[in-house]
Amino acid sequence: MDKSISTLTESVADIHDGAVLMIGGFGGSGSPIELIHTLIDRFRETGSPKDVTVINNNAGNGFVGIAAMIKAGMVKKMICSFPRSSNAEAFNEKFLADEIELELVPQGTLAERIRAAGAGIPAFYTPTSFGTELAIGKPTEEFDGKHYVQERWLKADFAIVKGQLGDKHGNLTYRLAGRNFNPLMCMAADVTIAQVSDLVEAGGIDPEQVITPGIFVDHVVEVKSPQQEEILVRTGAVH
Amino acid sequence: MTYTKLTNAQIAWRAAQDIEDGAYVNLGIGFPEMVAKFQPEGREAVFHTENGVLGFGQAPAEGSEDWDLINAGKKAITLKPGASFFHHADSFAMVRGGHLDVAILGAYQIAQNGDLANWRVGSKGVPAVGGAMDLVHGAKRVAVITDHVTKDGKPKLVETCTFPLTGVGCVTRVYTSLAVVDIEGGKFVLREKLSDISMDELQALTGATLHTDGPVADLSVPEL
Repeated sequence: MDKSISTLTESVADIHDGAVLMIGGFGGSGSPIELIHTLIDRFRETGSPKDVTVINNNAGNGFVGIAAMIKAGMVKKMICSFPRSSNAEAFNEKFLADEIELELVPQGTLAERIRAAGAGIPAFYTPTSFGTELAIGKPTEEFDGKHYVQERWLKADFAIVKGQLGDKHGNLTYRLAGRNFNPLMCMAADVTIAQVSDLVEAGGIDPEQVITPGIFVDHVVEVKSPQQEEILVRTGAVH
Repeated sequence: MTYTKLTNAQIAWRAAQDIEDGAYVNLGIGFPEMVAKFQPEGREAVFHTENGVLGFGQAPAEGSEDWDLINAGKKAITLKPGASFFHHADSFAMVRGGHLDVAILGAYQIAQNGDLANWRVGSKGVPAVGGAMDLVHGAKRVAVITDHVTKDGKPKLVETCTFPLTGVGCVTRVYTSLAVVDIEGGKFVLREKLSDISMDELQALTGATLHTDGPVADLSVPEL
């Protein structure tokens, strides 16, 4: 068993046109910036992958990461809860020009839809959004006198996530609040690709410290000293 | 009569007085975050942020931020002893599952039946909802802190919200720049008001009937 891949380029080579792609992170925290940029580089060189649907809490910030994907023109649709940031110019321009679709999902519903997909649960009921415009067209039900909205699972073809430690079995840990959506997305995609700051042999992570068990992860690629998206945004970096 | 409305800091101070020792609390992004500054002596609340942290403290000194350690507003935070990390599904299980004691949010409008509108004012621009629609469900107490009226003087406490709803019948108490108002049985019930504002003046600034079911206390807040 060895899920490690030696280069970033190889790790994202299978992501195809029209793919539904989950990208871990919340704002810049836990954002797999090197995997995203490798994918953008491939698009610029080959025109693929295009028409990608991206699932993330946000819709990018500044001119790096998801914002750079959008700016490059490879994103057809965003599924997110909060497409607003300190500099959301890339998304705003495309959205207001009708050049990108948006499915707006409440944050907790987004997380639970992803978790449900990973857990094999096609739909669930939540009180969130009942009576609001985000519940229009969705079935509702009353349980014990309270109203709930039916929400469906959210699956993806690929997930790209950022871990701290990873081993060759795909077991992962995360750094600080960089955990956020990453463990859920690992579960919900057909193929999960993790970049980790340190790749170790099986046994190199204390089993009690494993956050994402390797069964949810397909490929691990080591990126020593990864860049931090928020710092890139604040220093005006452009990819 | 002339009166001086409370500052935002004073509204936040008043809301903080109702947070008990040991409470688990979520503060909305922006103005509600100020409530954390005014915890009464001897009480310790544990603050929750949607992106997966319990037990965070103040912002770090400028230059010592770690941008993997942020709150839901994407601001850098620090941890207090006893803090924990968790993923987003667990974070919102805490929210919807009834585990939070208090959620405090801002508002565009609050209706007398407890409906809240706080996520967008119309259909133009880029919509963004974040965790607001989740937060209004599940916390044992959902409170709002807000100016009593809008910037152009229109009531924020109304019979029916005209802006898009965040949640239905979810708010139980409103702390404003003029008063403390509970929502009970589909009515606004006045609990406290500034001593210098008359009932008639307060009612004139409120878009639905203010009821009373006993004495109305003075809303008394220190200079901050």
